[in-house]
Amino acid sequence: MNFEAIKSIYLFEMARMRRTLLQSVVSPVITTSLYFIVFGTAIGSRIQEVDGVSYGSFITPGLIMLTLLTQCISNGSIGIYFPKFTGTIYEILSAPIAMTEILIGYVGAAASKGLIIGLIILATASFFVDISIAHPFMMVVFLVLTAITFSLAGFIIGIWAKNFEQLNIVPMLVVPPLTFLGGSFYSIDMLPPFWQAVSHFNPVLYLVSGFRWSFYEIADVNPLISLAMIGLFLALCLSLVAWIFRTGYRLRS
Amino acid sequence: MTPIVSIRNLTKTYGNGFQALKGVDLEIKRGEILALLGPNGAGKTTLISIVCGLVNPSGGQVLVGGHDVVREFRKTRALIGLVPQELTTDQFETVWNTVTFSRGLHGKPANPARIESILKDLSLLDKRDSMLRELSGGMKRRVLIAKALAHEPEILFLDEPTAGVDVTLRRDMWQVVERLRKTGVTVILTTHYIEEAEEIADRVGVINGGELLLVENKAALMKKLGRKELRLELAEPLGALPSGLDSYHVTLAEDGGALIYEYQGEAEQGRIATLLGSLAAQGIEFRDLSTRQSSLEDIFVELVGQRS
Repeated sequence: MNFEAIKSIYLFEMARMRRTLLQSVVSPVITTSLYFIVFGTAIGSRIQEVDGVSYGSFITPGLIMLTLLTQCISNGSIGIYFPKFTGTIYEILSAPIAMTEILIGYVGAAASKGLIIGLIILATASFFVDISIAHPFMMVVFLVLTAITFSLAGFIIGIWAKNFEQLNIVPMLVVPPLTFLGGSFYSIDMLPPFWQAVSHFNPVLYLVSGFRWSFYEIADVNPLISLAMIGLFLALCLSLVAWIFRTGYRLRS
Repeated sequence: MTPIVSIRNLTKTYGNGFQALKGVDLEIKRGEILALLGPNGAGKTTLISIVCGLVNPSGGQVLVGGHDVVREFRKTRALIGLVPQELTTDQFETVWNTVTFSRGLHGKPANPARIESILKDLSLLDKRDSMLRELSGGMKRRVLIAKALAHEPEILFLDEPTAGVDVTLRRDMWQVVERLRKTGVTVILTTHYIEEAEEIADRVGVINGGELLLVENKAALMKKLGRKELRLELAEPLGALPSGLDSYHVTLAEDGGALIYEYQGEAEQGRIATLLGSLAAQGIEFRDLSTRQSSLEDIFVELVGQRS
């Protein structure tokens, strides 16, 4: 293992976060605060409790997941896309490092950034609503696994993307509908039976549901199934990355 | 002495079917400066990209320091520094950070004193805290060299180091290469500027159409293939070529005012005296003489022309 190289990539990526503090940290915090003001306080005050939890508290895990997914995908993708775009990737590909080490550096940094932002949002949320965490350990497990999985997905997108439009297509067009329709703002019990069934095809449902369970012990699906589904997404992303590394897809001709 | 780089029957066919290398054999000696000369699209960049690990070979084998570049990539890449052709830099990074990053990427622990000395050698020390986007093209090129040297490689690949740079900067770059040679670093540079190869290389390889046409010691190459031309400015113009000079490759200049004798190699050089003797015998006087040796460019054009 070339630990120095992993450390270099990781620290280099984290330094980017420090340089772009406004965009990386302040912007998601402001966005989430707006959600709390609009959905939690303004509209939420007129919505009755969901499964015995006030609406503002109910949406908190979903909002954290929404930001975590978006941040991990965009950080994971830009981290590897940017050197491809500027051409500095030559240096990474000609260094004595294995692809798995490159992956650990980039995905580790993207997941760390996502986790930091997720925790900042949790802290922000506690200013607006009452939050209790029933299973702190499981909360961290859900958070970390989701961060890694979606940073990996971002990494794959970053390698696949040939231009900025392709780079943004998933975080802009795919993630928001999945998170909004994945039970971030409601329990799927509130949906008609047909849409309840459709929702089960949405991977985000499992993430939000499992994560919410770790807070309030209320869930749309069994938390173990949620955990298994995250494991499945992680395995899918890992096999795709393994294929990319084996074939050199869009990295080495 | 075992070569530091050994390339055997190297082939590369890209996904679109383009055959960039058609069985290249090359041995590079430790400490030498080798120039790979060839027109655009000859296969120069593909060749060094395979050695550096940027491109996968289709066939053949490359050994660096006795290690296979595919199977033992950690060992080979640790020995190599690469300066790419394009000025690819992280615009928003500082010189110091980007060079330090390169060292870490190669698995070497931080060594600020070493980085400082590299920057000093390349006259970049006063720019250490400048962002790369604030630097001129020439300085960016030097930063790329600093990055390539950050992990103290034994072999440095320079891909078209002076493409598109002005004459002063080119001279500047040649001096950098000369200094590197003194520290024992093996330098392989690709270029399509013949004068560059002529100026700084110990050996010259000519590559065209994916084939290595020759690799020769520069001086030997010039001697072996270089044509020389003796020009005798006549005191009185001649109407026709005098008889008795048929056995020499002598031609009369268009205005009849000069005789031009073309010769090649040492054997024909010896005949200059007899040629001059026979001119004197015929009473042909000349007021001046000059000789000219063909440049690497002439040799190159001839070689590439023969194959195409």
